[in-house]
Amino acid sequence: MKVVIVVPAFNESRVILEVLKALPRRLKRVTSIDIVVIDDGSTDHTFGEAQKAGVNIVRHLLNRGLGAAIKTGLSWAKKQNADIVVTFDADGQHDSVDIQKLIKPIILRKADLVIGSRFLNRQQIPFDRLFLNWFANLATFILYGVYCSDSQSGLRAFSKKAMNLIDFKADRMEFSSEILLEAKRNNMKISEVPIKAIYTDYSRLKGQKNLNAFPVFARFLVKLLR
Amino acid sequence: MLTTIQILLLIFILFSVSRVILRVKEKVISTQAGFFWVLIWVAAIIGVVLPGTTTRLASYFGVGRGVDVIVYLSLALLFYLVFRIYVMIEDIRREITFLIRQLALNSSTSPVKSPRKRSKK
Repeated sequence: MKVVIVVPAFNESRVILEVLKALPRRLKRVTSIDIVVIDDGSTDHTFGEAQKAGVNIVRHLLNRGLGAAIKTGLSWAKKQNADIVVTFDADGQHDSVDIQKLIKPIILRKADLVIGSRFLNRQQIPFDRLFLNWFANLATFILYGVYCSDSQSGLRAFSKKAMNLIDFKADRMEFSSEILLEAKRNNMKISEVPIKAIYTDYSRLKGQKNLNAFPVFARFLVKLLR
Repeated sequence: MLTTIQILLLIFILFSVSRVILRVKEKVISTQAGFFWVLIWVAAIIGVVLPGTTTRLASYFGVGRGVDVIVYLSLALLFYLVFRIYVMIEDIRREITFLIRQLALNSSTSPVKSPRKRSKK
């Protein structure tokens, strides 16, 4: 079984090398692991830092947004004939140990899409993030009819079926909810596993800005009314 | 006798019509789109030269003044055109992303194989 770990990155030169070094070299019941960084038009040294880690790099000439970068990663993985794709944020917010837990339901054929949820287990999460994520989950449920305890999580795993059938259109943050909608539309099994969230000053600065929630919600609505 | 505002509006409308015709000739916009815009400007000329027509139109729609019906119709048209432009921009954004993706994937056709790749025993 082949796993591709997609790491979307935009101006992450400060931490990306450490994040890439920490990614697993082997996983149970997995024959090969390919890591691909999608450099989403970074203007700093993200590309050079990723090169030092000896991983595959696909470089967007222009910044197109997180959703676009993930979609490029999925396309790349399909070309490599991957069986499972894992998306992993480049800002150091995830613990690479969680990847094994994340792919387990797919290996056991119990799920097509697995979401790593930061909110299934009690842990220290800043209040503003808790509130915004709760709001995003509610909006996803009301607008798309899918409930997920962490609809905005960056740590996900896609089965081959999910890779081929999920076709999201959004280029930016709202793609996270669209993935869930697509999974529901294609009658896929969605599973959630608890993951660890590492909130550092850097990851909080780099992650979704609190004020971004409004335009993301507006685009959500426009997509529905379009 | 035309008033000053009527003359100014007519000059502006004729200028706008000339721009539409030029863009059609340059094939920047299609003949159908050019026809649509000429139609809009001709309606504007009628409204400016024969203000009585807008009053009749207003009474037909049940609106008090001729100017009001023009404002209402123009607003509706403007909102619709803004929506069309919004959709068009979204489409262009999507097309740019598609191009960027294809370019990125093509330039990584022979990536350096990850040294992490290992086989399970």
